Amino acid sequence: MRLKDKVALVTGGTSGIGEATAVLFAKEGAKVAVSGRNEQRGREVAARIVNHGGHATFVRTDVRVADDCRRAVDETVRAFGRLDILFNNAGVFYAHNAVDCSEEEWDQQIDVNLKGTFLMSKFALPHMITQGGGVIINNSSGWGLVGGDNAVAYCASKGGVVLLTKAMAIDHGRQGIRINCVCPGDIDTPMLPEDARFRGLKWGEYLAGCADRPMGRIGTADEIAKAVLFLASDDSSFMTGAALAVDGGGTAD
Amino acid sequence: MTKSLQGKVALISGGASGIGRATALLFAREGAAVAIADLNEAAGQAVVHEISNQGGKCIFESADVTRAGDCKRVVERTLRELGGIHVLFNNAGIIRRASVTELSEEDWDRVMEVNVKSIFLMSRLVLPVMARAGGGSIINTASGWGLTGGAKAAVYCASKGAVVLLTKAMAVDHGPQNIRVNCICPGDTDTAMLRSEAQQLGEATERFLAEAARRPLGRVGTPEEIAQAALYLASDASSFVTGTVLVVDGGSLAGSI
Repeated sequence: MRLKDKVALVTGGTSGIGEATAVLFAKEGAKVAVSGRNEQRGREVAARIVNHGGHATFVRTDVRVADDCRRAVDETVRAFGRLDILFNNAGVFYAHNAVDCSEEEWDQQIDVNLKGTFLMSKFALPHMITQGGGVIINNSSGWGLVGGDNAVAYCASKGGVVLLTKAMAIDHGRQGIRINCVCPGDIDTPMLPEDARFRGLKWGEYLAGCADRPMGRIGTADEIAKAVLFLASDDSSFMTGAALAVDGGGTAD
Repeated sequence: MTKSLQGKVALISGGASGIGRATALLFAREGAAVAIADLNEAAGQAVVHEISNQGGKCIFESADVTRAGDCKRVVERTLRELGGIHVLFNNAGIIRRASVTELSEEDWDRVMEVNVKSIFLMSRLVLPVMARAGGGSIINTASGWGLTGGAKAAVYCASKGAVVLLTKAMAVDHGPQNIRVNCICPGDTDTAMLRSEAQQLGEATERFLAEAARRPLGRVGTPEEIAQAALYLASDASSFVTGTVLVVDGGSLAGSI
C-alpha cells in the first residue's frame, strides 16, 4: 500500500474525480477526509470507504469560504492527527465566451477553482511545514494549458491553477512540500453531461467531440485518480511544480 | 501485491548505466522481462547478472542505437528470446557542453544521432510490433533542457527539444493503435553523465553538483526517482496518458528561486 498511515484531504470528494481519488487513496492505506458541499453524497462516499475497512470522514466545505477551508483542515487533523496530502479538486464549469459569461459565473469559477485552491493550501501548509513535509496536488485541466471554446472563466481559472502550483512549489520546496497539478482531458464524470446540457448539445454528438483525440476516447475518473496517486506517493519524490497532462493526447496536437 | 509490469517485456536503450540501469532494475522487480541495448558491454552484462541474481529475466545486446542494423538486431533478438515488446524506453543519451561557436560539426551530428535519431530508428521497428499486439507504451528520455535553454548546451537543448515534439507527433499518429508515447524531462540527476559535465566545463565536481542542487527541493535527483516516473508511464496506471511531458526535476522549471 503506497499511502499507508498517510492522512489525505480531498476537496470536491463527493463525486467524479474526487470520489474516485478518495476511494483509491483509502485502498492504498490512507485515512481520507472527504470534503464537499453535498453532505448526503459526501457521507455516502465516506461510508463506502469505511464499509470496505478503510478510514474516512466527511467535512462539509464550500472552498470559496475561508472559514470553511480552515475548518476542513482543522477537522481532518482532529480526526486523524495530521495532514500529509491535500488534493485540491473542487471545480465548477459554465461554458461561456467573454460576452455571455455573467459576472456571477465568472466569480464562481474563479473562486471555486482558483481561490479555493489558495485558501485550502493556506490553511494546510502550516501543518505540513510543522510535520516536515507534505504533498499538495491541484486539479487543473488540459484547458489550463491550451484555450478552449466558450470557456473563458474556466480556462482563466485553470491556467491560474497551473501557475499557482509552480509558485507554491518554489516557496515550499525547501520545507519538504511537493506541489504538482494534474491536467485531465475530458473525463467520464457528472461534469461532462452537465456541460453538454449547458451547451444545448445532444449527448452522443457531444461525446463524439470529446473522444476526438489521439486515443479516441474520453478518460475515466479512475485514470485521473491513478495519476493523483502517483503524485501523492513517494514514487514522485523528485517532482514538484509539474503539470501532468492526463488527456489521451488531447493537448499533444 | 500484483506487480505492475507482470508478464510484460521492456526494451531499454542506454540501459547499462544511470537512469537506464535503475529503470531496468525497477522494471524487472515489477515483473517485466528486460532487454538492454547499450554500447558498454561490461556494464550491461553486470546489470543482467544483478537482475538474474534477484530472480528476474534480462538479456543484453551490445548495440549502437544510431545504426539501423544494430536496432534491428536488438529488436529481433528481444522478440525471439522474450516473446514481445510491450514497453520501449528510448533512454540512450549523451551531452556535449559547448556553445554553437565552440561545437564541432562531428559533435553536433553525434549528439543528434544518439539523442534523437535513435528514437526514430528504434520506434519504427517496435511500433508495428506493438500495433499487432493491440498496444504498448513508448517512453523517451528528454530533459528539462528540452523545455528551456541552458548555457553551453546548444546541441543538447536542440536534441532534447526535438525529443519532446517527436514524442507528441508519435503520440498523435499512434494513439488510435492504443500505443501511448510519452517523455520524461529529468532535471539534474546523479549519474556519470552529470559528473562528466563538470569535466567538460573544467569545473570542480563538488562545486558543479552544489550548483545543480539549487532548485526548490534543494538537491539533485536519483536515477531511481526517474525510474519511478518511467514505471508510471510504462504501466497501466497511466492508461489515459499520451503525448505528455513528465517533468521530474525537483521544481527547477517551476520558475526562478
